[in-house]
Amino acid sequence: MAVGTKRDGAVPLTLDEIRRYQRQIIMPEVGGVGQRKLLDAKVLLIGAGGLGSPAALYLGAAGVGTLGIIDFDDVDMSNLHRQILHGHKDLGRPKVESAADTLHDINPDVQVIGFREPIASDNAMDIVAQFDIVVNGSDNFPTRYLVNDACVFLRKPLVDGSIFRFEGHATVYMPGSGCYRCVFPSPPPPGAVPSCADAGVLGVLPGIIGSIQAVEAIKLILGRGTPLVNRLLIFDSLDMEFREVRIRRDPSCPVCGDEPTITELIDYEAFCGGAAASVLS
Amino acid sequence: MSIRVRIPTPLRSLTGGQADVTGDGASVVACIEQLESAYPGIGRRIFDDSGEVRRFVNLFVNGEDIRFLQGLETALKPGDELSIVPAMAGGARRA
Repeated sequence: MAVGTKRDGAVPLTLDEIRRYQRQIIMPEVGGVGQRKLLDAKVLLIGAGGLGSPAALYLGAAGVGTLGIIDFDDVDMSNLHRQILHGHKDLGRPKVESAADTLHDINPDVQVIGFREPIASDNAMDIVAQFDIVVNGSDNFPTRYLVNDACVFLRKPLVDGSIFRFEGHATVYMPGSGCYRCVFPSPPPPGAVPSCADAGVLGVLPGIIGSIQAVEAIKLILGRGTPLVNRLLIFDSLDMEFREVRIRRDPSCPVCGDEPTITELIDYEAFCGGAAASVLS
Repeated sequence: MSIRVRIPTPLRSLTGGQADVTGDGASVVACIEQLESAYPGIGRRIFDDSGEVRRFVNLFVNGEDIRFLQGLETALKPGDELSIVPAMAGGARRA
């Protein structure tokens, strides 16, 4: 199940790379070959916020060679209790710039490609196509359906995560195994789901879910372990409980089903009835 | 007939904050109707006006999606677990 590895093991690691990554290289599941896969991998993060922050930090520290980050937003004081890519000194800066500085401070070898723009139907295919894996940290339904559809059309693995107050979800949609629409065929009506801004969110919660997303992305790159495919992980931090439910590909899914009716990106704001404005976190 | 019903965070305002409640009923639909009598308003959050499960909500019996079982008529027996799992969107601000 390894993805994004065109030169598996072909280029030897440098001495500096061996020193930096020695604690993970010594694990047989990684080794020098696995580290090369990580260095060659390209992962796109949708959002540099609560979920994207820990995911980016751990992926960058692990040596994932290219991290794309798409986020049009600037750093706000209310972000800082959970969006640990950014610090107080970054207030007002574009998140993609703050994120790149933080990641380069941890690992100067990571190539960070920032997209300071909203992801939308007119740019999603071009951007997603440049990467091997997509890690979804978006906070709103139009973006979730857009990213899902683009990943289905481009056959990219989607490592999905979402949070609400003290609860989080994580799963992995692999091409052919089902998609977000198989599980949630249509979004809630606007206003039906309170935003994080209205409902609140524990800052640590996205730290845990985003870290799980990082683990899943690394496993996909290495081709190791059992990914969260067809399994929706539900985490309740109040009860400190992880559990799973089984999710499946829906043969009648309009995007990835047997007879798809949606074959190109659509107007997701219209599809979600303007839900974007109501679910900002 | 004791069914363990797992309540997602967005619906806990209707269960007094409880994450787990005890349900009753020989089928999923009967169990939710019983829940509605115990926790008024919860049925409307799960069913649409035509009585179908809303398309952003999933129901799982012992971890299996009822859409791939017998839907709302899926039988329940004592000790079963019914999970209500709605879509959540939170994460970063809008990317």
